[in-house]
Amino acid sequence: MSAQNVITTPPLEPSQEIPGGPGDGKPAGRARGGRSSRSATETLRLGNILTTLILSVGAIVMIAPLAWTFSTSLKTKDGVFELPPQWIPDPFVWENYARIWTAGPLLTGIQNSLIVACSVTIVGSLASALAAFAFAKMRMPFKNVLFLGLLSGLMIPFPTLMIPQFTIFASIGWVDTLLPLIVPGLFGNIIMIFFLRQFLNSIPDSIVEAARIDGASYLQIFWTLILPAIRPALAAQFILWFMAMWNDYLAPIIYLNSPGTQTLQLVIANFNAQYAIQTDYPLIMAASFVALLPVLVVFVVFQRQIIESIALSGSKG
Amino acid sequence: MSTITRPRRSRLHRKEHQAALAFVAIPVIGFLLFTLFPLLFSVYASFTNWNGISAPVFKGLDNYTKMFGDRYFLKSLWNTLYMMIGIPIGLVISLALALAMNRKMRGTTFFRTVYYLPVISSIAAVAILWQWAFNGDFGLINQGLALVGIDGPNWLQDTATVKPALIIMAVWKGLGYSMLLYLAALQSVPRYLYEAAALDGATAWQQFRHITVPMVAPVTFFLIVTSVIGGSQIFVEINIMTPTGGPEFESASIVWYIWQKAFDNLQMGYASAMSVVLGLLVFVITFIQFRLNRRNQFSID
Repeated sequence: MSAQNVITTPPLEPSQEIPGGPGDGKPAGRARGGRSSRSATETLRLGNILTTLILSVGAIVMIAPLAWTFSTSLKTKDGVFELPPQWIPDPFVWENYARIWTAGPLLTGIQNSLIVACSVTIVGSLASALAAFAFAKMRMPFKNVLFLGLLSGLMIPFPTLMIPQFTIFASIGWVDTLLPLIVPGLFGNIIMIFFLRQFLNSIPDSIVEAARIDGASYLQIFWTLILPAIRPALAAQFILWFMAMWNDYLAPIIYLNSPGTQTLQLVIANFNAQYAIQTDYPLIMAASFVALLPVLVVFVVFQRQIIESIALSGSKG
Repeated sequence: MSTITRPRRSRLHRKEHQAALAFVAIPVIGFLLFTLFPLLFSVYASFTNWNGISAPVFKGLDNYTKMFGDRYFLKSLWNTLYMMIGIPIGLVISLALALAMNRKMRGTTFFRTVYYLPVISSIAAVAILWQWAFNGDFGLINQGLALVGIDGPNWLQDTATVKPALIIMAVWKGLGYSMLLYLAALQSVPRYLYEAAALDGATAWQQFRHITVPMVAPVTFFLIVTSVIGGSQIFVEINIMTPTGGPEFESASIVWYIWQKAFDNLQMGYASAMSVVLGLLVFVITFIQFRLNRRNQFSID
């Protein structure tokens, strides 16, 4: 995790939207030297067509399982087994999406997932932002030791910690409640601290110093100066964390056993186990699709921020 | 003068130190409670016989010697390593995809979104839909294979195909992420390098081999480390798609086995020992990667 091999990444979007003239759009790694510009243009166009074709085939492969899920979720119980397979269900059985709510605790699953993901990400992001501010802009003894110590925690896989964590929470009677999923997250997220600190390094220290001279307290500086300044980075990290919490499965399966406390991911896994025996695949697929949908929507809406922050995170690894 | 300013200044510093410590206190306490303490406890528990209810009984290295005679442990370790074959495959495909999307043409934003969809999808839902896709009689995969006249196996019930099936799914799910990072890296490669190489008569392949590959090496390194760390912890797919560890234990991963021993069989001491081995493994792999990376960087410079 050394910050030394940082390569700066230009934002993805703008450089792609530049309408390059046909001649100057030379693709990286495919440039061909020693040709007249006219035939180069033609090779380029041909290359683009070919590439688009290959990428389209790939895109179909990528999207097929998701599309197949949606298609299956609208079939009758027997329609699933028809050969050759129907891609477009006949008839459309929208009732499957009505049945899922009574077939299992799907609604409480959504509620529980929302409670966990929202409380963790909102409180945890604040805690992380405060810590990032202190690590980036404040003087403190043993600052780097503390920061490296926190970072080293990233190298320890969760399975190594899960057994003691479980016994700790069991000893205070928190098993089968949402608390073991919520409480550790409230203390912040090391990855988020790392990226926010990185982001704050690009903001001049003089802002903080000036505010100090004006008599602002550190908490005031955090609220009025730092928080607005890191908002884009914070938002992107927040969304990523929210999606990770929403999709989490290992921690919930350890702690939660009664249907009333299970998160959405556990509920659909139970749907899968329970209704596969009855070969009610449309029901399973409808429930899975409902579980997928919120994150898909969040992704499509916040696509740009998410993609840019991920692209940055990789290059700063 | 200086005798007056010095105490004042140190008071200001002390105030700053206090505020800063208060701000970092929350994550540091969280780290101590939920990372460091459990880690130390895991190491301690790994030397004991412990069912999670009564007090642990110290047994020395018993768990560790038992582990390396445990056929199931060795099998799950082997399975976990085997399934990492997907990592290089995924990297090659995603670099090719990134090269394709790095062209200036229409639709790249659209393709990027489509390829990225599996990454953000819930792993539980994805495992459920792939389990269905791998169904021997009515699954999407075998119906696709039937189109070209291949009679596909019953993927998840067959000892020969259950691991490849999980690998295919993992590659599908992870492709978008590595592609995105490669794309960002490609876009930061200075154009003049290619122009200079082209002037010197370098072929497209030579340019790829001697400019592109070294320039994206840091991303390759990052992806290998994160995928190995992630891959060593593969669990959800296995728990959902092959709840019993697959035919003849062929798909049981190390985390799956730890989970089963700890929470089904209540052999918490033994499970802790295995989880410590997993932690060490992840540490060693990360460490080796860092060393290799450092050497590579010197050779580039």
